[in-house]
This record gives sequence, structure tokens and C-alpha cells, in this order.
Amino acid sequence: MRQSCCLATLVAATLLLSACGQSSYTWGWYVVWPTTEQGQRNLRFLVSGLWNTIAISGTAIAFSMAAGLVVGMCGIARHKVARGFNRLYVEFVRAIPILVLVLWIYYGLPVLFESAGLNINFDVFTAGVVALALSDSAFQAEIFRAGIQSIDRGQHEASDSLGLNYLDKMRYVILPQAIRRILPPLGNQFVYMLKMSSLVSVIGMTELTRRANELVVAEYRPLEIYSVLVLEYLALILVVSWLVRRLERRLGANQLAGR
Amino acid sequence: MRGLRQGCTRREQAVRLAGQIAAMLAIAIPDMNGFDGRNGAQAASKGGATGMAAATAQGQAIIEMAGVNKWFGDFQVLKNINLTVRLGEKVVVCGPSGSGKSTMIRCINRLESHEEGRIVVDGIELNEDMTNVTAVRREVGMVFQQFNLFPHLTALQNLTLAPMRARKMARKEAEELAMHYLTRVRIPEQANKYPGQLSGGQQQRVAIARSLCMRPRIMLFDEPTSALDPEMIKEVLDVMIELAREGMTMLVVTHEMGFARTVADSMVFMDHGEIVEQAPPQDFFASPKSDRAKLFLSQILSH
Repeated sequence: MRQSCCLATLVAATLLLSACGQSSYTWGWYVVWPTTEQGQRNLRFLVSGLWNTIAISGTAIAFSMAAGLVVGMCGIARHKVARGFNRLYVEFVRAIPILVLVLWIYYGLPVLFESAGLNINFDVFTAGVVALALSDSAFQAEIFRAGIQSIDRGQHEASDSLGLNYLDKMRYVILPQAIRRILPPLGNQFVYMLKMSSLVSVIGMTELTRRANELVVAEYRPLEIYSVLVLEYLALILVVSWLVRRLERRLGANQLAGR
Repeated sequence: MRGLRQGCTRREQAVRLAGQIAAMLAIAIPDMNGFDGRNGAQAASKGGATGMAAATAQGQAIIEMAGVNKWFGDFQVLKNINLTVRLGEKVVVCGPSGSGKSTMIRCINRLESHEEGRIVVDGIELNEDMTNVTAVRREVGMVFQQFNLFPHLTALQNLTLAPMRARKMARKEAEELAMHYLTRVRIPEQANKYPGQLSGGQQQRVAIARSLCMRPRIMLFDEPTSALDPEMIKEVLDVMIELAREGMTMLVVTHEMGFARTVADSMVFMDHGEIVEQAPPQDFFASPKSDRAKLFLSQILSH
């Protein structure tokens, strides 16, 4: 945590120092200065997107983990069809750029539904969650597959020989061990998801990036405002990685004792 | 003749020793059942539930392997295996490495599948039908060379998992059962430790107790002492001798020939995927019939 604080201070200091430099640019930090009334109003406006960013990436990561687990387990199934489905899903979904997927689902999919005689309209939030979750689930699937495959065959044999069925074996024996091992890459995906949620701003989701864009149009101070945006994401992600580390340590305590 | 007498004395000694241990345990925990823990009524009612198993009584065949063949790719690992194990019988399987011993006993709870032949365990034929396989697995306990304990669970949780999930036992009941068997393998005080905090011998004893918690009718041991430091082998063998004394049907793959002499009703010698010789231990050790068994024995008993 101390390291994270140092890092944040360093970034802030760099930004401030560059303001005192020789460049001809006249900084206008007043737009986001925390002591003036205008600055406070603008900062509140910028931070007002925070909840949506957290909500959309949190919901998306929950769905993508669930989908990733199912798709990943298909990848190690005995049935050829399940394994084929896994390959197809992973290769296809992870080949689509997230931005393209967001646009396609928000603007494209309703047209498809309409032509099929269905009257389904996504709101921005739903479209965003679906797009983010879908694209992330392909990566999650690969992480889960790798995690499950890394568990020793003896653990499967012991569970089988005790008469545990497949689901119990997975739930109580294999996955608890696999998840401990894949926590670092899962943490990566959490961070990735938070950052990628900024793409949803293009369809009008009022999250952090959208708010910044709106303010830039009003105040015409992109450098200062986007710098604040950078700090917002940085703070958010430092919190997430701190949480993941804590979880890793807590789960790792048993595992370490298990060595 | 001399060999035979020797075998008998050793066996008697072991039986006396096991008896003493059992008596000691009985004093320590007077209210507990035997290792088997299954009384007649229980066995009968369970037998009724599985149908054909009701007919299985002492001395009748509980495992039957007939004409079993198995291949790994082009390599034939099991060649025409015919083996019958009776209820309560202790069979020790030995042979050079790569002879198919482990593969054979792993076929009995279908950790390996066989391509040809019939395997019937407790009246249930092992085939593609997973219901049959699961039914057999609940009746057959297995102990592995590498223990295969669940490292993320405590010793107690390792023991209670299968009874609670596969037998739908209540937690309290499962924990009582687990503590009973942990006491039987003489490590009740380690119940809340993780496997990594236990010695190899303790881990293997937890693994044996874990299998026993499912109250199996048959126990398979796949080289249970091969991964242990020498000073820990005895504590595991002692537990197995006790188990044998309680009347458990046992199939043991091991290189511990002392244990084999003490416990086995029947020795099975395998080489190149086939059963070369099957005989009572006295006969097998004193006068092996085949050259391959003679060679094997001379190699492992030479020093």
C-alpha cells in the first residue's frame, strides 16, 4: 500500500512539475482546482461518473467470470462437442475488438432483433455490460482452463475414488485450488475491465470518461481535465489491486501452510 | 518346510501384535465400533439397496476379473488378467516396475478403463455406465503412493468431505466419524492441521482414514509406503495390519515383503502385464514356481 501511495504521489508530482517548466503552454488548473467554487463543481461533475464505471465493470466482471468458468470447463470436458464449443467461442470472441463489439451490440443487435420481429431494445448499461462481459469471458475461459489443468491429476483421482460426483469434485476440490493459483491473472482481468469500461462512453454511458469528455467540451481544457481522469483511473485501479493482493495473501495463508 | 514354519511364526507374531494394539485402542475408546464399523444389519440393509450385493457373504467372491485386457496405445499393459478376491481376503500384488500392478488395481475402481474382459465388484459390473462406476467407487477405498490429500483442507475436512457430499451425512455426524478414524490411525490431535504441516507418514495415515470414512467394503493400496521416508513406513504398515486384522478386504501393491508375509492370504506376482503366479505367501516365498518370480525375489530379497 505504501508503494502505491508513493507511485500516486510521483505521478501527481510529475504532472505538477511539468506545469512549472519552460513550455509555452499556459496551464489552466483553475478548472479543476479543489479550493475554488468552479473547480469544486467541475471535480464533482467528473467524479459523478465513478459510480457508473464501478457498476458497469463490476457487473461485467461478475458475468464474464461466470461465463468464463463454464466455457473454460467445456475446454477440459471429455465430450468433443464441448471442447469444440470452447475453441470456437474463445477464438471467435477474443478476435473482436471491444469497441467494435460495443458498437455492434448497441447499434447492430436491435436491428437484428427487429428484423426477427422481436421488440428488444438494450439500454446503454445493458449493452455495455453484455459487450464487456462477452469479450472478457473468452480471456477468463482461458485463465480458468489453465488453472484447472494445473491441478495435479492425483487430486482428481482421490476425489473420484471417494465417490464424489463431477460437480462436487470441481466445487470442493479442484476449483478452490485452481482459483488460488489464478488470482494474479484474475486480478489482471479486473484491472483490464475497469480500463475497458471507458469504451462504453462512446454509446453514451455517463461513466468517468464520458464525464471528462463532456467537461472538455464545456471548459475547453483537455490537458488538465484528462489528467484528472488519469488520476481517477489510477486511484481506482490501485484500490482494486490492493484488494486482490489482500485476497491473495488471505487465501495464500492456508496454501502456504499446505506446502 | 522351514520357510513355511517361519512364515507361520511371523504371522502369528503379527496377529498377536495387532491384537494387542486393538485391545489398547478398545480401552482408549470403548464406545467405538471396529475398523469396519459396519454391523450385520447395516450390511444387509445396504446389500438390499444395491440388490445383488446382499448375497455377498464371508468367503464369497467380491472382486472378479475375467479375461481383462488393456492397452495404452499400441502397448498392452494388461494381458488376460483373471483374478478373484473373496470377501475378507488380503491379496498382495508384487512384481517389477512397469509390470501393470498399479494399472490392474486402478481398474478395480475404474480410475483406468479396460478394453476387454469383465470386472465385477460387489455384484456390480464396471462398464461405461457412470452410475455403476460411482456405486463401486463408494464401496472401494483407495490409498495412493502420493497420498493425494486435498492441500487446501484440514485433515478433518479431508475426512468429512466425501461422507457429507457423496453420502449426504450431516456435518456433526461426519465429524464424529472422522474423529473416530483419526483416533484409529492415532493422530486425532492433528485434526485441524493442513496436510503440508504433517509428516509423510501422518499424511498417509490421514489418507487411509479418509478412505475409511466412506466405510468401504474393499480397500486398494497402490504402493502406500513407496513415497515415505524409511522411519515412517512402519507407522503406516501398522495401521494397515490392524485394518487387515479387522477383516477388511484388501488389495495391496507393495514392495514390503515383510508386510506381505504377515498379512497376505494370497500373493499375486505380475510381470509384463500378466499374472505369472498366484500362491499363498508361504509357498510363494519358499518355492516360487516361475523363473521370473525366482529372479524377482532374488533381486529384492538379496540384501
